[in-house]
Amino acid sequence: MSEAPAQDAAAKKPAGRKKFELDPRLEVYKGVWVFIEHERGHVHPVSWELLGEGRKLADKLGVELAGVVMGAPGIGTRHFCEEAFGYGADLCYLIEDPVLANYRNEPFTKGLTDLVNQYQPEILLLGATTQGRDLAGSVATTLQTGLTADCTELNIDMENRSLAATRPTFGGSLLCTIVTLNYRPQMATVRPRVMAMPERDQTRTGRIVAHHLGMVESSIITKVLEYIPDNMQNKPQLAFADIIVSGGRGLKKPENFHLIWDLAKVLGAEVGATRPVVQAGWVDLERQVGQSGKTVRPKLYIAAGISGAIQHRVGMEDSDVIIAINNDPNAPIFDFATYGIVGNAMTILPALTEAFRQQLATAKLAG
Amino acid sequence: MDEKFDAIVVGAGPSGNAAAYTMAKAGLKVLQIERGEYPGSKNVQGAILYSDALEKIIPDFRDDAPLERHLIEQRMWVLDDKSYVGTHYRSDDFNKPPYNRYTIIRAQFDKWFSKKVQDAGALLICETTVKDLIMDGDRVIGVQTDREGGAVYADVVILADGVNSLLAKKAGFHAEIDPKNVALAVKEIHFMPQETIEARFNVSGDEGVVIEMVGKITQGMMGTGFLYTNKESLTIGVGCMLSDFKQQKVSPYALLEQMKEHPSIKPLLAGGEMKEYTAHLIPEGGYNAIPQISGDGWMIVGDSGMFVNAVHREGSNLAMTTGRIAAETVIELKAMGAELTAKSLALYRDRLDDTFVMKDLKKYRRMPSVFHANPQFFTSYPELANQAAHTMLTVDGVDKKTKEREIRKSFVGKRSLFGLLGDAFKMWRAFE
Amino acid sequence: MHIVVCIKQVPDSAQIRVHPVTNTIMRQGVPAIVNPYDLYSLEEALRLKDQFGGRVTVLSMGPPQADAALRKAISFGADEAILVTDRAFAGSDTLATSFALASAIRQIQKDMPVDMVFAGKQTIDGDTAQVGPGIAKRLNMQLLTYVSKVDSLNLEEGKIVVQRRAEGGVQVLQTALPCLITMLEGTNEMRFATMHNMFRAARYPLRIWDKDAAGIEDIAKIGLKGSPTIVSKVFAPTPKSVKAEIIDTESNQPKDLATTLLAKLFTKHPKLRHEIGKQAL
Repeated sequence: MSEAPAQDAAAKKPAGRKKFELDPRLEVYKGVWVFIEHERGHVHPVSWELLGEGRKLADKLGVELAGVVMGAPGIGTRHFCEEAFGYGADLCYLIEDPVLANYRNEPFTKGLTDLVNQYQPEILLLGATTQGRDLAGSVATTLQTGLTADCTELNIDMENRSLAATRPTFGGSLLCTIVTLNYRPQMATVRPRVMAMPERDQTRTGRIVAHHLGMVESSIITKVLEYIPDNMQNKPQLAFADIIVSGGRGLKKPENFHLIWDLAKVLGAEVGATRPVVQAGWVDLERQVGQSGKTVRPKLYIAAGISGAIQHRVGMEDSDVIIAINNDPNAPIFDFATYGIVGNAMTILPALTEAFRQQLATAKLAG
Repeated sequence: MDEKFDAIVVGAGPSGNAAAYTMAKAGLKVLQIERGEYPGSKNVQGAILYSDALEKIIPDFRDDAPLERHLIEQRMWVLDDKSYVGTHYRSDDFNKPPYNRYTIIRAQFDKWFSKKVQDAGALLICETTVKDLIMDGDRVIGVQTDREGGAVYADVVILADGVNSLLAKKAGFHAEIDPKNVALAVKEIHFMPQETIEARFNVSGDEGVVIEMVGKITQGMMGTGFLYTNKESLTIGVGCMLSDFKQQKVSPYALLEQMKEHPSIKPLLAGGEMKEYTAHLIPEGGYNAIPQISGDGWMIVGDSGMFVNAVHREGSNLAMTTGRIAAETVIELKAMGAELTAKSLALYRDRLDDTFVMKDLKKYRRMPSVFHANPQFFTSYPELANQAAHTMLTVDGVDKKTKEREIRKSFVGKRSLFGLLGDAFKMWRAFE
Repeated sequence: MHIVVCIKQVPDSAQIRVHPVTNTIMRQGVPAIVNPYDLYSLEEALRLKDQFGGRVTVLSMGPPQADAALRKAISFGADEAILVTDRAFAGSDTLATSFALASAIRQIQKDMPVDMVFAGKQTIDGDTAQVGPGIAKRLNMQLLTYVSKVDSLNLEEGKIVVQRRAEGGVQVLQTALPCLITMLEGTNEMRFATMHNMFRAARYPLRIWDKDAAGIEDIAKIGLKGSPTIVSKVFAPTPKSVKAEIIDTESNQPKDLATTLLAKLFTKHPKLRHEIGKQAL
């Protein structure tokens, strides 16, 4: 495995002191790359969200935006490239090889690091998914470069053309901005739904740069014996739900959580929850919304018995409309919700459920 | 566990730490078992540290103990709904080291004390609950914990597990706690910048103030309120007899909220940010509620022995003192090669009777019943006192003699002459 | 069989508060705990030890007070514990940390060969999930992250089969030892420590290694110098300036509040009328 060029320790200065000077050997690194993650024939939407964000970064830097697609030949990888162009990529690096049929750390790490060493991007973005995080850590260590995880914001510091990655710290109470000054590529992972999904321009095209992996199956130690798909019917699809009804500790007892389910049923919504409630076992881990759970951006988010502490807030504050129900008029959630009702969730929720039910009934009659 | 210790101390609060430290320092093999995650995690206190009690255990504690402010001023307020009448005592003598009283934050203090205990050689196990005492007939020979292989043996077991000592109840050492004998206290810690505290309370550096309050803030129930200045925060709280809370159906939290709204108290809290809220039971039955404190192979120290002087709000110093004296008793008996029986351990009570612990508790033994049967001390008198002050201090053209007559009439009118005399007598008896 | 488990002592982030006046983190008084994710990995390692015998060594890089975390691990049943602590590690990011830990593991291997390394999925104070993969790469071990179950382990042949969480399903992977595994949360429950192990933990003579004992020669790879990422600033999130519109009615009855809310909602956001009930059951 090739390594990134050794960096000059003397040239590293803390950000913001004197004018920073990039090690000249690293100046050749140009371009913003996004790893296009896919599984079972579908690209994970986070890759598109990252292309949207990557486009902005590339435009600011005046460089090209590239997607990186790796997979088995003939399973639609070319189609993924087409899609990537539609979402803003100028070009796609493509590695097709049978050993890439299923995600495995070893061949994917080799493929991505080979590409990086050959084509030298200044920024490399991946989704913070199980695949993305598994890959990012290995790639960053192989390249001996800096990796910032779970970023909520990506910016370019035009003074030195570097990536400023912002992420929560200390349990979400504060934010910090991290830079990778004298190493390339600057790597970052972003959670699904943190960045907005860009518009797709189907007329847009780009070029494909093919690359050869150079590995044989026999040399790869880890084998995929089987793939067991999840039972999709019961699996919560919080990340892409348009309406979510969430419950927190203010509901007092697990028995009261059914009020959330009732309202969600009427609205056709997904059910979410705060971390304490998940930890107490009221609902499944999959339903946890927040800094250590899922980030969601539904059109409507109803939060009942939730205080709105920062750890939960960062997971849902970008929802279009937020309705908060809480007994405490000073609850932080009222600082950023759209509408608020100060009252007992146990009585408000059933009233809302009934009101929405009536609304639907009249709409049905009318339409 | 086949291991045997000289002593097992159940609980790592002030009394348990005092006992464990004293014995370990004397070379005894001590095991201390604490049910909380770490010493102090289950402890709640105002908190005031009384140097005298700790000095007798760790003379140089001031070197590294986490102390907030040393108290130079004590304020005692009798509150009406919108006013208070009070006395202050402030002395520069209190500003001369070594200082007599400090405010402390229990979480940090207990951690420090526990480190001392461990440095002295005691073995500390946390997150472990002692479920039962192991008996051999009537003799306690060890403890049973909630962990696998959790039986440990010792020559003596010292119960320092607090006001709710289930253990003491289970073993029949004392009866179920009577709600009349225990107070429920709630407190909040409010963050406040150092400079604000200093300006507001007229202190500088590490000086501190304590305000003890009594009156309408407890809505007729028997209890007191308090406010302490820490380095960067204020502690404010109130406590009343549990039986009163139950009877009046008042929530302690609501009581505290109302107290914070009092026009004399609210400005003191302005600009602060509530950081912590805790509640705890304080044994306040006094002398008459003290159970048997030692027996065959066992002793009780601290809150579990009901060693709290509610009148003067002293609990932790009694806790530390009882812990120390219990330990010294054990050390002495062991040095003589004596068995730790009910007879020999009775020395503990004898020793205690000679100290301020029992002497003070005995002095105030009538307090609980007097106050409990006489709510006028928490309602009528505060009202009358405040009104009297208001009358005297308002300059409105009325002559002073008339004002005095008015005050006299209000007292007699409220309490009747008979009642006044009776109250005076009761107070005298209670304090005697 | 010899398993090394990497753990980290972290501040209990659930209890961390921001100082309301100075806007800095209030670290004082916040209890330090073993990173919760590490416990799942530790428990899995202990289960394998229950099954196959052998040794579990716990390793941590941290300040001196991290010894409490290691003692906790001993109380659960780990055999040995090593704390790698040195001023030179200050300011380490994940790259520098994986370098130091990998070095230490190489030293441990000199004493007894290591079959597996377990690490936590991520930490609650860093959340990066990078150190595990970093160690695996440096030690040339096969990496298995997000493992929900160890299906089988064959020590003679040096083979292991695990179930690994992917986005839409579970991968069943087989690989060769030595490997590095990070466990998914909720996959097991940490055992209740026995009294014997509690005593052991309280009395255990912790092995403390500085950078030399950990076999680190190239100091440019540790601490601040060895960290490509730098925190350029820490700040409080700017609060969204627009507060919620509180729904108020004269009666304040739930029914009236609900009706009023819906009226406002659909007037201001007419599109929502179509959203609700789209997937209603």
